[in-house]
Amino acid sequence: MRALVLAGGLSHERDVSLRSGRRVADALRTAGVQADVRDADAGLLGGLDRYDAVLVALHGGLGEDGSVREVLELVQVPYVGSTPSACRMAWDKPVAKSVARQAGVRTPHAVVLPHATFQEMGAGALLRRIVGHLGVPLMVKPSRGGSALGATAVHDPADLPAAMVACYGYGEAALVEQLVVGTEVAVTVLDTGEGPYPLPAVEIRPLSGVYDYAARYTAGQTEYFAPARLEDDVAVAVGKAAVTVHRALGLRDLSRIDLVVKDGIPYVLEANSAPGMTETSLLPMAVQAAGLSLGDVLRDLLQRAVDR
Amino acid sequence: MQAVPGSGGVTLDAFTGRYAARTAGMTTSEIRALFAVASRPEVVSLAGGMPYTSALPLDAVGKLLSDLLATRGAQALQYGSGQGDPVLRELICEVMALEGVQASPEDVVVTVGSQQALDLVTRIFCDPGDVVLAEAPSYVGALGTFAAYQAEVRHVAMDADGLQPEALREAIAAAGGRAKFLYTIPNFHNPAGTSLSEPRRDEVLAICQEAGLLVLEDNPYGLLGFDGPPVRAIRARGGEDDVVYLGSFSKTFAPGLRVGWVLAPHAVREKLVLASEASVLCPPQLNQLAVVDYLTTQDWQGQVQVFRELYRERRDALLDALTQRMPAGTTWTHPTGGFYVWTTLPEGLDAKVMQPRAITARVAYVPGIGFYADGSGQRELRLSYCFPEPDRIREGVRRLARVVEAELELLRTFGPTHARRQAGSVQTPAPDLA
Repeated sequence: MRALVLAGGLSHERDVSLRSGRRVADALRTAGVQADVRDADAGLLGGLDRYDAVLVALHGGLGEDGSVREVLELVQVPYVGSTPSACRMAWDKPVAKSVARQAGVRTPHAVVLPHATFQEMGAGALLRRIVGHLGVPLMVKPSRGGSALGATAVHDPADLPAAMVACYGYGEAALVEQLVVGTEVAVTVLDTGEGPYPLPAVEIRPLSGVYDYAARYTAGQTEYFAPARLEDDVAVAVGKAAVTVHRALGLRDLSRIDLVVKDGIPYVLEANSAPGMTETSLLPMAVQAAGLSLGDVLRDLLQRAVDR
Repeated sequence: MQAVPGSGGVTLDAFTGRYAARTAGMTTSEIRALFAVASRPEVVSLAGGMPYTSALPLDAVGKLLSDLLATRGAQALQYGSGQGDPVLRELICEVMALEGVQASPEDVVVTVGSQQALDLVTRIFCDPGDVVLAEAPSYVGALGTFAAYQAEVRHVAMDADGLQPEALREAIAAAGGRAKFLYTIPNFHNPAGTSLSEPRRDEVLAICQEAGLLVLEDNPYGLLGFDGPPVRAIRARGGEDDVVYLGSFSKTFAPGLRVGWVLAPHAVREKLVLASEASVLCPPQLNQLAVVDYLTTQDWQGQVQVFRELYRERRDALLDALTQRMPAGTTWTHPTGGFYVWTTLPEGLDAKVMQPRAITARVAYVPGIGFYADGSGQRELRLSYCFPEPDRIREGVRRLARVVEAELELLRTFGPTHARRQAGSVQTPAPDLA
């Protein structure tokens, strides 16, 4: 098996992607796969036919908005993971939240607004309406994007304008949602041919209190529990919610569903079609907690892509 | 994975809780991650201060290295003196003489870039809590070193003529004897792009001498002036006993060789040699001999002139483009040498908050907050013109201007905002990012 790991790209998450790519390639090599890592740049198309399958470790932008997978479909190279249309739905957080809600999974109440709406209607009045409708605390984040980039927790309405400005630097639309304070967990959903199933949930406890960029990618800044410290019935409900969202979005092979659990009820926050694979990422922890080997899992998924 | 005692959790770091307090700011950061994109060719990087080494006579340097190994390979690949190669130290004195510095090779210590010299000087002078005075803004690499030794940086205001003497007097008085030295970059300041005027050089030295305060004069850019001969160094104005002077071949020759130096009064120099030996045993012998051969066999001053003309053309391209493109309310410095233009955004904008939009627009710069130890500099940013070709610089400014316009639109919508600031963490690109 000769596999190409795509990593890098031009998104804000390039650095994370490069880390993921190296980790994935190392894991694949230990599982006996001949793996190369390369950037998704102008030279990519010329070299794709040398590989049996591709694993996309690009985060943000073309890695998760479906476009690189669209290209792989065009050139008919097998790849691990979800189809372009499923990626597009997962990538757009408001769309993913709607799909989750329709599938019966709770998600925090939210509003989605582009900057232009505030320009046209006046920011002050509109922000007051948002606070009146959703209350505080709030989480403001770009409607598309990952790694908590551009995301701010707002506990005081006076801080909301700054959070909006920080968010619009990353994208045209902002998702303002109720901040549900509870146990943060991430569930990896895996499908190796017998239908999607959840790996043990990983609980996240950032030592600073905020799971921001530094807490995500600096070893030692966050405490993880795998499996999460949940009652058995809650753990089952969390896994079930994650699989429901995975199915509802039409995701394939593997995904990571981020949730928060409050009073035993899981609320889905977002779905990731190209989850992080760095040394501090959640998917590799879940794989390990399940007693699996990351290299073996990814090798099997590559084979599954080839056989598809 | 490392278990957290009693909790059942893991932190992925076997040494959580065991690190020294000085590592508290050593985390990954959003701002640093964004620089990763700057290495892609699609992005015009006005961020990194990388000398344009493509302008070097690389064939001649290659032959020089080959000849060095063929004729003196055993010596070049051996340990050397902790103080540095004696011939190189003599040549360094000749280089410093171009800026009026008269020195003995005995008082020169060769270092692994002037960054190591900064480290050594801080190590031998600063205990945790000691005060270092530095310009506002100041070189980020120096701030990182001062933070590593847990020194407290107090900034001293600058204007177009460099450090303000009155502000220096006030800062010395306010430090109440806790200040260990003044760190200053008198020529083509990084990041401010300004130079300390002739009269102020004497005044700054006099103020420090009167207060018994050491001056740490960092001068990597002194030979890269565009207008006329170099200005005499502070050390050359009667500062033999009061100034520790840092120099480097990184801008005049090759940063990849990591050869710099420190010139210090005798007693200080002895401690520096011992501290350096404890740190690196000796500076790299091969690289030192390469510099010796470059200085003695090549027209190195002619090459510096090539660099000057090249950087002047790029400076002009940047300043012209800024004049043509930037929205009203944006101001910038007009360097007469070196690598950097310091830009101040219109009131209410924040260069760090603006950075992701700039990356999306395929242009990179360094937000100003990295050049302050106290979290200020929100409206400011550093633009480097040393590496990109003039056409790329013009394209970069065109993109940047649109980014600033978009941020002004946000400002008009939401009004001035005050983002939370974190001082003390690394907020600039790694050295290899253009």
